[in-house]
Amino acid sequence: MTVDAGTRMDTKVAAALGSGARPAAATPLSSSLTFGWRALLKIKHVPEQLFDVTMFPIMFTLMFTYIFGGAIAGSPKEYLPYLAPGILVQTVVMITMYTAMTINNDIEKGVFDRIRSLPVWRPSLLVGSLLGDTLRYTMASSIIIVLTLVMGYRPAGGVVGVVSAIALLLVFCFSLSWIWTLLGFKLRTPNAVMGVSMMVLFPLTFLSNVFVAPETMPDVLESIVKVNPVTILVDAARSLMDGDPDGGAITTVLIMSAVLVAVFGPLTMRVFANRT
Amino acid sequence: MTRIAVFLKGISCGSMGPMSYAIETHDLVRIFGDNRAVDGVDLRVPSGGVYGVLGPNGAGKTTTIRMLATLLKPTSGTALVLGHDVVAEAGVVRSKVAMTGQFASLDEDLTGTENLVMLARLYGFSWGQARQRSAELLDAFDLTDAADRQVKKYSGGMRRRIDIAGSIVVRPDLMFLDEPTTGLDPRSRNQVWDIVRALVSAGTTVLLTTQYLDEADQLADRIAVIDRGRVIAEGTSGELKASVGSGALHVRVADAAQRDEAVRVLESTLGTEAVREGDPCAISMRVEDPVGVPAALARLRDHGVATTEFSLGQPSLDEVFLALTGEAVHEEVNA
Ligand SMILES: Nc1ncnc2c1ncn2[C@@H]1O[C@H](COP(=O)(O)OP(=O)(O)OP(=O)(O)O)[C@@H](O)[C@H]1O
Ligand SMILES: [Mg+2]
Repeated sequence: MTVDAGTRMDTKVAAALGSGARPAAATPLSSSLTFGWRALLKIKHVPEQLFDVTMFPIMFTLMFTYIFGGAIAGSPKEYLPYLAPGILVQTVVMITMYTAMTINNDIEKGVFDRIRSLPVWRPSLLVGSLLGDTLRYTMASSIIIVLTLVMGYRPAGGVVGVVSAIALLLVFCFSLSWIWTLLGFKLRTPNAVMGVSMMVLFPLTFLSNVFVAPETMPDVLESIVKVNPVTILVDAARSLMDGDPDGGAITTVLIMSAVLVAVFGPLTMRVFANRT
Repeated sequence: MTRIAVFLKGISCGSMGPMSYAIETHDLVRIFGDNRAVDGVDLRVPSGGVYGVLGPNGAGKTTTIRMLATLLKPTSGTALVLGHDVVAEAGVVRSKVAMTGQFASLDEDLTGTENLVMLARLYGFSWGQARQRSAELLDAFDLTDAADRQVKKYSGGMRRRIDIAGSIVVRPDLMFLDEPTTGLDPRSRNQVWDIVRALVSAGTTVLLTTQYLDEADQLADRIAVIDRGRVIAEGTSGELKASVGSGALHVRVADAAQRDEAVRVLESTLGTEAVREGDPCAISMRVEDPVGVPAALARLRDHGVATTEFSLGQPSLDEVFLALTGEAVHEEVNA
């Protein structure tokens, strides 16, 4: 061999450059799907992110049902219809913070810059990550539902009740994720994002009716818990899964979702477009 | 190699107008808080070839590049990239340039193939074409073996290569490379240099930043030296060297005790300041006019100073850089 490695790379790169003809620009749909594909790949390559968020709910479900179920509802089996919708909501609401983590990570690692320097319809990045989120939410929901079914939970609302509860939950979580997207852009490090989201999500999901009825709590706490959006969401989900839809709660959830999108959607898009 | 390069040049240079500038900036400024990171930069980068931006840490290289690549809005001033304003016509600029940042910017969780397929899709290739393009690029950059490995498991040199590969999924008219060889071993650095040369022979204008003077010297047709957000010198490497004086005189005296005497003689003969090097026998000094040099050697002999080395060379870019920024450093020390 008289050709050294350097020259060989030179030639091959020149050839590869020569065939780099430019196709027509990607459509918004195709770039959104591509970003969705990326989100799926990330779940495939980093499945831990799913374990993190589902192990706790699984533990909570088992512990609360068998340790406190008797005391709270008379027996573990009677507690499940109360707990299952609550845990479902808590789990999925918690996962929403990964939206912020993903975006923040992209910014920190320079991936965001790379994407911004491409001639693509920029919001497709957000649309694509919604696709990934959908998969995450659906998988987590399925895990909780399957687990509680195995433990003897028989939702009165049947398949329709469960599916519509999950659908309502997804609507709320997508709306909520606009806040996380904004946070992802605004905060400096993934750790800061983690800290802030925990600070918001822990009180939000625990100071609620996920585990026990607010009526059993001290008055002050009860009034706080009752206005917590998560409580209303749990009420709505519970009513659907119990086969006795609570029109008021469901409407309130939809209104809250609409308000979240109306306020944080444009705000986030502005930050997104103007990020210096 | 040459044949392919010439062939490529033939098919890809048609679009460039004569004497057009790939980049033209006027009084470009970017302020962070009260830090004037880029403080009035005027650049004229000709189309074709490599333009080097040389500067120490914090000089404002990355900030300048990010403005030119439409990733950062200038605080004031204007910049035309390939004839388009980076603010008003950001979309057009983006469709013609590519940028490889100072730090790797691919998705570390994804494999090499997945990253390139994703980028190719975003550029508008179909899934099938994207896979084919990805395989082609991985092969060209010697990364086929690592194609299905996550990028976070790549070595520094491999990361640089996949990062650059990601920037040429479609051949850009202008490519920004921000410190492409910082932290690479000599072999990886040579590979990156090869890639840069291949880019140029394919008709892409390359603007690269570097802290390495020999890199700018080796690769760049023209060089802008920037320091504290300002261009302090601009030209070909030859012009820069000439602007500092015609050359540098290196003298070694046989006996260290005679060095002070030699410095006195040299300074009085040549009229420039001599620098005592770390080596107790060595002296170096800038020479404005080489005509006086033989006389200086003769006068050293007249004073009984024996020399073991007496050589006149072109100043290195290092010396250029020191000469250009040295005063600034002194100022800071005195303040
Ligand atoms: N996003 C930012 N916010 C605040 N200050 C910044 C930001 N980016 C850069 N700076 C500041 O601007 C100045 C120039 O930074 P820049 O990154 O452009 O330098 P550089 O020449 O690329 O340096 P290096 O060789 O270290 O990469 C520095 O003082 C830096 O601290
Ligand atoms: Mg830099």
